[in-house]
Amino acid sequence: MDETKYGFWLPVDVSSHGAQIDNLMAVVHWFMLLLFVGWGIFFVYCLVKFRARPGHVATYNPVKAVFTKYIEAAVVVVEVFLLFGLSTPVWFKYKGRPASEKDAVVVQLVAEQFAWNFHYAGKDGKFGKSSTATMSGDNPLGLDPDDPAGKDDITTVNQFHVPVNKDVIVELSSKDVIHSFNIPVLRVKQDAIPGTRIPVWFHATQPGHFELACAQLCGLGHYRMRADVLIDTPEDYAKWEKENAPTPSEEQPPTAQQPAK
Amino acid sequence: MTAPTTHGATTHAGGNEHSHDQDHGHEHAHGHELPFWRKYIFSVDHKMIGLQYGLTALVFLLVGFSLMMLMRWQLAYPGRPLGWVGKLLGENAMPGGVMAPEFYNQLGAMHGTIMVFMGIVPLAVGAFGNYVVPLQIGAPDMAFPRLNMASYWAFLPGGLLMIYSFFMPGGAAQSGWTNYPPLSVLTQVPGQTMWLFAMVLLITSSLLGSINFIVTIVQLRAKGLGFWRLPFFVHAQFVTSFLLLLAFPPLEAAAVLQLMDRLAGTSFFLPTGLVVSGEQLKVAGGGSPLLWQHLFWFLAHPEVYVLILPAMGIVAEVIANNTRKPLWGYRLLVYSVIFLGFMSFVVWAHHMFMTGMGTTMSTFFQTTTMIISIPSVIILTCFLMSLYGGAIRFTTPMLFATAFLPMFAIGGLTGLPLGLTASDIYLHDTFYVIGHFHYVVAPGTIFALFAGIYYWYPKATGKQMDPTLGKIHFWLSFLCMNGIFMPMFFQGMAGLSRRLYDPTIYAHGRAIQSLNVVISWSAWGLFLAQLPFIWNFFSSLARARAVENPWSATTLEWAAPSPPTHGNFPTPPVVYREPYEYSVPGQTSDFHPQFAGEA
Amino acid sequence: MAEASPYAADALIPHTVEPHPVTGIPNGKLGIWLFLASEVMLFGALFSTYVVIRTTAPHWPPEGGLSSEILNVPLATVNTAVLITSSITMVLSWASLKMQNLPRFRLWLGSTIALAFVFLVIKYFEYTHKFELGHYPSHDNFYAVYFTLTGLHGVHVIGGIIVNTFLLTAGSRMWATEPERFTNRIENAGLYWHFVELVWIFLFPSLYLL
Repeated sequence: MDETKYGFWLPVDVSSHGAQIDNLMAVVHWFMLLLFVGWGIFFVYCLVKFRARPGHVATYNPVKAVFTKYIEAAVVVVEVFLLFGLSTPVWFKYKGRPASEKDAVVVQLVAEQFAWNFHYAGKDGKFGKSSTATMSGDNPLGLDPDDPAGKDDITTVNQFHVPVNKDVIVELSSKDVIHSFNIPVLRVKQDAIPGTRIPVWFHATQPGHFELACAQLCGLGHYRMRADVLIDTPEDYAKWEKENAPTPSEEQPPTAQQPAK
Repeated sequence: MTAPTTHGATTHAGGNEHSHDQDHGHEHAHGHELPFWRKYIFSVDHKMIGLQYGLTALVFLLVGFSLMMLMRWQLAYPGRPLGWVGKLLGENAMPGGVMAPEFYNQLGAMHGTIMVFMGIVPLAVGAFGNYVVPLQIGAPDMAFPRLNMASYWAFLPGGLLMIYSFFMPGGAAQSGWTNYPPLSVLTQVPGQTMWLFAMVLLITSSLLGSINFIVTIVQLRAKGLGFWRLPFFVHAQFVTSFLLLLAFPPLEAAAVLQLMDRLAGTSFFLPTGLVVSGEQLKVAGGGSPLLWQHLFWFLAHPEVYVLILPAMGIVAEVIANNTRKPLWGYRLLVYSVIFLGFMSFVVWAHHMFMTGMGTTMSTFFQTTTMIISIPSVIILTCFLMSLYGGAIRFTTPMLFATAFLPMFAIGGLTGLPLGLTASDIYLHDTFYVIGHFHYVVAPGTIFALFAGIYYWYPKATGKQMDPTLGKIHFWLSFLCMNGIFMPMFFQGMAGLSRRLYDPTIYAHGRAIQSLNVVISWSAWGLFLAQLPFIWNFFSSLARARAVENPWSATTLEWAAPSPPTHGNFPTPPVVYREPYEYSVPGQTSDFHPQFAGEA
Repeated sequence: MAEASPYAADALIPHTVEPHPVTGIPNGKLGIWLFLASEVMLFGALFSTYVVIRTTAPHWPPEGGLSSEILNVPLATVNTAVLITSSITMVLSWASLKMQNLPRFRLWLGSTIALAFVFLVIKYFEYTHKFELGHYPSHDNFYAVYFTLTGLHGVHVIGGIIVNTFLLTAGSRMWATEPERFTNRIENAGLYWHFVELVWIFLFPSLYLL
C-alpha cells in the first residue's frame, strides 16, 4: 500500500463523485475560515480597544450595527448555496442508481463481526440464492448449494476486488450488528444494517490498493474490521475473476439448518 | 401561618448590610438547628442541593476525564503496557498491562455517558440551575423542595450504579454512549443492563428537576420581575428545562424497550434472521435497529442544547458584568434561544444520514440543521457585539467566558460540513465529529461552567477564589484543550474513524499517528492544569471574607447575603428594572442593580 | 402548625395554595400538568414504536389471526368500564372535599383505589392466561408490544394506587391544617388518574380491537 497517499488532510480521491465532495469540503472550510477570521479580528480588536483602564467608561447605549444583519444574511445565503448548490446534488446522485445499471458490477456484501463477506455473481451474472436462515460458520453467506445460479459465484472475505472505470453497486447487509462500509479514498460510507439491504455505488477512476474500514462501533474487534480494496485494471480484474471462479465441486456448503423460529 | 416569624424575614428586615462573618450567625433565626443529615445530606434547601449536585458532578467529571486519559495512552502508544496503572486495573481490563479492546470500548462508552449525563448536565442544570435560578428570580427556594431533594437522590444512585457497572463481571457497557442495538442487546454483559437501569434513574432525576425549574420560574418570580427583566441565564435554564422535560421521556421509553429486549427476550430492536458468530439467534425478530436510533437521537440532539444553553446563560451573565454594559441584543438572544429550543426537536436524524435514509428525509433534516445554525450565529454575534464599547475587566470568570466565544465558534462552524449530507458522507463517524462536539462541550460548555464556578463562588461561600491560580488554570487549560481537540479535525480529514482501539491498523491511521501523541500529552497536561483549580477551590475557603457583591453585579442573587440564609432574602426583593443596567449615564456608580429602588 | 410542614421551607414558598395572579393556578397544578406533558412524550414514544413495529411487519399479529381473537376483548371491555368508573369516583372524591365532606371523600377515594385493584386483578388473569399458553413477551413482537405497553400502564396504575392510598391515610391529616391545599392535592392526583385512564382508552382499541 502506498502510504504517501495519506497525510493530515483528505487522502487521494479515486472516485468519480469524490471531486464534488472535496469541492464542497473546500468551500465549506474556506467559508468557515473566513467567518472565524472575521469574527476573530473583531473579537481581538474589542478585547484590546475596550479593555478596562483608568478613564475609560463603557457605553451604555447599544451600538447600532447594521453590518451584523448583513453578516447574518450573508451566512443564510451561503448556507442555502451550500445546501442546494453543492450538497444535495451530490447526495441525490450518490443515493440514486448509476445511469447504466445493467453495465455495472454488482457485489453483495454481508458484514459480520468482524469480517466483510463479498459475494460476486460470477460469469452468469446471477447471484445464487442466499438466506440468513442457512448461514453458519462454514457458510457465512448462507448460499443455497442447490441453486444452479450460484455454482459460479465468487465469494471472498476481506478482499474487495473491483474493476477501474466501471460503475460498481454494492448491496450492503449485515448479519449481526450495525457496521459501516467506509472507503475513504472512494469517498464512500454507508451503514450496513441487519434486516435491510442498502445499495451504494461508486465509480473508481484509478487502480490501486486501498483500505475498507468499519466506521460504526461493532464490538471488541471493530478496530480490526478491515478489508483490502483492490481496484484492478480490466485485465487484472478479468484475471482475478477467472482464477477465483469455483470448480463445481468446490462450493460445498453444509447441510442447511432449520430456519430459526 | 406562624412560619414566617420563625424565619429570617423579620429578623433581617434591616437589609443586607447585616454582618455575616460567621456562618452560624443566622441559626438563631430558624428557631431550631436542623440535624446534620437534614442540613447536609437530605437537605431540601435549593442551595445545599445545588452544592451537592455541583460537587458530585465535579467528581464525576474527573472520573470521566480519567477514563479518557487511560484511552489516550492506548491511542498514543498502541499495545504498550501501562506500568503500575495496568497492574492496578487487573488482568481482565489490562492483560499484561496492555489494554484489552473490550476495556477500551468500556472506557469510550462510559466516558461519553459520564461526561454528558453525570457531569455536565448535573453541573449546568442541577448545580447552577438549582443554586442560581431561585436567587436570580428572587424566590425563597424552588417550588417543590422535596421533589428537588428526590431529584438529587435519584441522580446520585444512578451515577453510582453507572460507575459500579465497571466492577460487574464482563465490565461496563461497551457499545458506545449511544448504545446502538443490536450490538448493545447482543453484548451479554450485565453492565449493559446496569447502564439502562442507571439511565432510567438519571432520566427520572432530570425530569423531576425540569418540572421544578419550570414551575419555579413561572410561579415564583419576585415582584416586578417580568419576562423581559429576567437575566439571560434564567431564560436559558427555562428553555433547557423544557428540552429535558419533553426529550428525555422517549429515551426512557427506549431504555425500557431495550431492557425488555435484554431481560424478557423481546425483539423490539432485533430484526428477523440475525446470525451471531455463525449461530442463528433464537429470537422472534421483526424489530428495527433504527428505531432505537430515532428514539435515542430524539433525546440526544436536544441534549446537545441542554449542554450548551446553560453555558450560554452563564457566559451572558459574566460578559454583561465584566464589560460593564448591557448585553447587546438581549431580546434577540432570548428569541434565538427559544427558537433553538423548538428547532432542536426536528434535527435529530442528521446523526443518521448514513443509515440508508432517502433523499426527502435527508433534505428535510439537513435543511433544519442549516436553519438551526442561524440562531447560533445570532447568539454568537450578540455576545461579540456586547464586547464592543465595553470596559472589559479580565477577571478569571471573564477569561473563561471570553474564551468560550472562539471555542464555541469553532465547535459551531465545524458542525456545518457534518450537517451537509454530501460532506457528511466522508466525515461521518470520523474524528472530525469528535473534534466538533468536543469544541462545543469541552472548551465551550466546560469553560463556561468554570466561569460560573469562579463567578458564583463568592455567592456560595462569601470568599473570592484566588485570581492568580485562576489565571494559571485558565491559560494552561486553554492551551491543552486546543492541543487536544484541534488535531482531531486533521485526523478526521485524513479519514480516521472514531472508536478505534488501534488506529495504526490503517494506512491513513499511521499517517496521522503523531497527532495522537500530541493529543494524549495535551490531555495529560489538561489534568495537571486542573490541579491549581482543585487547590484553589478548597483553599479559598480559608481566605478572608470578600465584600458583598464583589463583582458589582446588578442581578438579584446579589441582593441576598453571601452565602444566602435559609429562605434566601431577608425581605422579599422587588425588581425595578432590566437585568444589566451597567454604566447608566448620570449614575454615580457604574452599576444600577435590579433590586435598588429609586433613591 | 409545625407538624403540618415538617420541612419549614414549604411555608416560605409563595403560591403553594393561592393561585398565581398571572397563571391562575397554584404551583402543584402547573407541576402536574408539566409531568403529564412528559408522560405524553413517554407514551407517545411507545405508541410510535408500536406503529413502526406493526407497519413494518408482514402480518399483524405475526403468528396470524386477529388481535381480537388472541386477546380477551370481553375482559378488557370490563376493565375499561372499571377504569372509567374509577375516574368518576375520583372526581366525586374531589367534589366531596369541595363540599367539606370528609367521610364522603374517604368513601369515594377508597372506591377509586378498590376499582384500581379490580383493574389489576383482571389484568392479572389476562396475563396468567397468556403465560399458561406459553405466550411470553419473547413469543413475538405482538406479545412484546402488548406486555410492554399494558405493563407500563399497569405500573402507572400501581403508582396511582400508592399516591391515592397515601392521600386517603397519612396524607389526609393535612385536611385538618390546610384544607385548601389538601383539596388541590386530590385534584392533582385526579388529573394524573384521568391521564392513566386516558392512556388505557388509547391502548384498548389499538391493542385489542384493531
